[in-house]
Amino acid sequence: MRSLIPFRLRAAKHSGYRAGRAAGRAEPPMTRAPVAHDPAPTVWAYRMQRVMLTPYLRTMLRVGLPICGLALAVTVYLGDEARRNAAIGVFTDLREKFEQRPEFMVSLISIEGSTPELGDAVRARLDLNLPKSSFDLDLEAARARVEELDAVKSAELRVRSGGILSVIITERQPVLVWRQADGLTMVDETGHRVAGLFERGDRADLPLIAGQGADVATPEALQILAAAGPIASRVRGLVRMGERRWDIVLDRDQRILLPEDNPVRALERLLALDKAQDMLARDLASVDLRLPTRPTLRLTPFAMNEMRRGRGLDPLPETVETEL
Amino acid sequence: MTDLYQTQRAMRNMRRAAMQRGVIAILDVGTSKIACLILRFDGEARLREVEGVGPMAGQSKFRIIGAATTRSRGVRFGEIAVMNETERAIRTAVQAAQKMANVRVDHVIACFSGAEPRSYGLAGEIDLEDNVVTEQDIARVLASCDMPDIGPGREVLHAQPVNFALDHRSGLADPRGQIGNRLACDMHLLSVADSAIQNLLYCIQRCDLELAGIASSAYASAISSLVEDEQELGAACIDMGGGATGVSIFMKKHMIYADSVRMGGDHVTADISKGLYIPTADAEKIKTRHGGLHATGMDDRDMIELGGESGDWEKDRRRISRTELIGIMRPRVEEILEEARAVLDAAGFDHLPSQQIVLTGGGSQIPGLDMLASRILGQRVRLGRPLRVQGLPQAATGAAFASAVGLCLFAAHPQDEWWDFEVPAERYPAKSLRKAFRWFRDNW
Repeated sequence: MRSLIPFRLRAAKHSGYRAGRAAGRAEPPMTRAPVAHDPAPTVWAYRMQRVMLTPYLRTMLRVGLPICGLALAVTVYLGDEARRNAAIGVFTDLREKFEQRPEFMVSLISIEGSTPELGDAVRARLDLNLPKSSFDLDLEAARARVEELDAVKSAELRVRSGGILSVIITERQPVLVWRQADGLTMVDETGHRVAGLFERGDRADLPLIAGQGADVATPEALQILAAAGPIASRVRGLVRMGERRWDIVLDRDQRILLPEDNPVRALERLLALDKAQDMLARDLASVDLRLPTRPTLRLTPFAMNEMRRGRGLDPLPETVETEL
Repeated sequence: MTDLYQTQRAMRNMRRAAMQRGVIAILDVGTSKIACLILRFDGEARLREVEGVGPMAGQSKFRIIGAATTRSRGVRFGEIAVMNETERAIRTAVQAAQKMANVRVDHVIACFSGAEPRSYGLAGEIDLEDNVVTEQDIARVLASCDMPDIGPGREVLHAQPVNFALDHRSGLADPRGQIGNRLACDMHLLSVADSAIQNLLYCIQRCDLELAGIASSAYASAISSLVEDEQELGAACIDMGGGATGVSIFMKKHMIYADSVRMGGDHVTADISKGLYIPTADAEKIKTRHGGLHATGMDDRDMIELGGESGDWEKDRRRISRTELIGIMRPRVEEILEEARAVLDAAGFDHLPSQQIVLTGGGSQIPGLDMLASRILGQRVRLGRPLRVQGLPQAATGAAFASAVGLCLFAAHPQDEWWDFEVPAERYPAKSLRKAFRWFRDNW
């Protein structure tokens, strides 16, 4: 604290005189010390002090200035490309070192839930050049790649301890064989392609469908096939007609033309008729169920002539057979 | 008059603003020193719970966080004589105090001792309009006091209502709400030379400060050094400063008279300096170290080295006895006290019920003053020291700081003055409206 004594008195200087008297001669007159003027701050010093005592400014200086200085220093330091790169490089290095630790390395792929052939396809499709750090693995993309395979319904990828990438695959199960102009295809219950088929005989257990757009209506086809149980041994396959409705093709070139709406019900009615009158065993070319109120039968020409003859009519002349 | 009213009201508002900000400076512009104290108002008193002390005179409301003094320059007889020198001195003191407080102050309350204060007793009387005394009535009765002719170039420094009388009852401190017919008041008005106020105002403005109040140092030192019962029963405070000796008389906790004698400790110093042919600074030192007022046989043998740096061995080696020093000091101190006595006599102090006299100020520290004063002023003399206030440095607790400490109390608890009351409603055009309203109230 500043002394509160209003003014400082000069200390008396007697020792010098005593020394002089002891020497026995008069002391030369001492020069009077210049009288110090009363100290006073200049106007500007005073104002400056007052400004610096402003609370707002003090806070600014205490907090704002260091922040500004730091920001400036950082900006200047990072203004140089090379230094910026070096700084980034240090961090990248650290990150890489951490990621490349053996704890995080994936070196094996284990595939479960698939046939060995599919496993190989999946392995090829994953296309990971292992060993690789688990930080670098994009499991989501890898899963998308695996699921692009037709035979894979869904895949689950996870990194297990010990550096193993475990792939659990659910395969698509073929339920139908779809014949197209360019070959045979196996499809599952949603109509999705499972695999190509070289020969029908390879999967004789699967029903056959044909026609353009048949895969889209696969669920309906399966319903129809299920409903056609009593005549299952005679069913050769289903044909999609005009991407609109189904025909059931039986052996002996018989056809059942199902309507667009409610084909299962129409089929059940037909089967009821068949059961009652053994209809399909007769010499029919086709049963047209397209109009629900008016099922139409078509006889083979031979049966037609025989029927006419039985009624005493002349047989029909030989006409050009029109395919349906 | 209204001009003064507005100025004083503006200062009161300034003081209120400073209180809200919490920091205010006290500036005692004296002849020998300029003291600056910085007060911080912390709101409620914290002392009360801690020490079981009551709020006392309000001095527990604030705390002194900065104190500085500097040698005064450019001030003579308690008035500013050299403006820029005084400004520099004020700047020095304020800067040092700000530095200690580490806070910036913008408002300052100042006091000074000189400028020929003159006291006037004013009386006013009104008929109450509706039997109950309201604040408006007090304003009216204060306004009804006839203004004395204070002379050209004079300014009113204090105008304090001292006493109220309602009908036959006198001595009311606060008549508001009481019932009566005629309200009378006595007011004490203190006028000073306006040039002194102008000069002080100018100096303070030059220091970028704003004046939030101004007081007479005789008044300020009395409120710090008179104890409560002395103020109540009647007492005189003689503030022996450097260039002027202030005299104020208190009665019923109001100042009823103030004057100043244009002599003080600096004159004693000047006498010593002239009598002994030594520099003023040395004289001051000798006075404070060896000064006294009562010579005894011991003092004849107590030799004082005068010292000096003139180079003349004989002159510089002079020694005087303390008796000689006392012989120089005593007549001047007697003269000062006699002047003070004359002032008290002129004020009719001997008619007061209590004749207590309190000596304070830097000059009261001369050893033996109380004995000398009791011879001249009467038996009931004591030396007064200012009240202790929180945070006051030890060095600033002496009698020399009585007016600075008193000013702190003044800042915390200013007495009601004339300008603390509203302008009476008569001066407003709203009067007729008010009358109409009252007519309605009376008739329905």
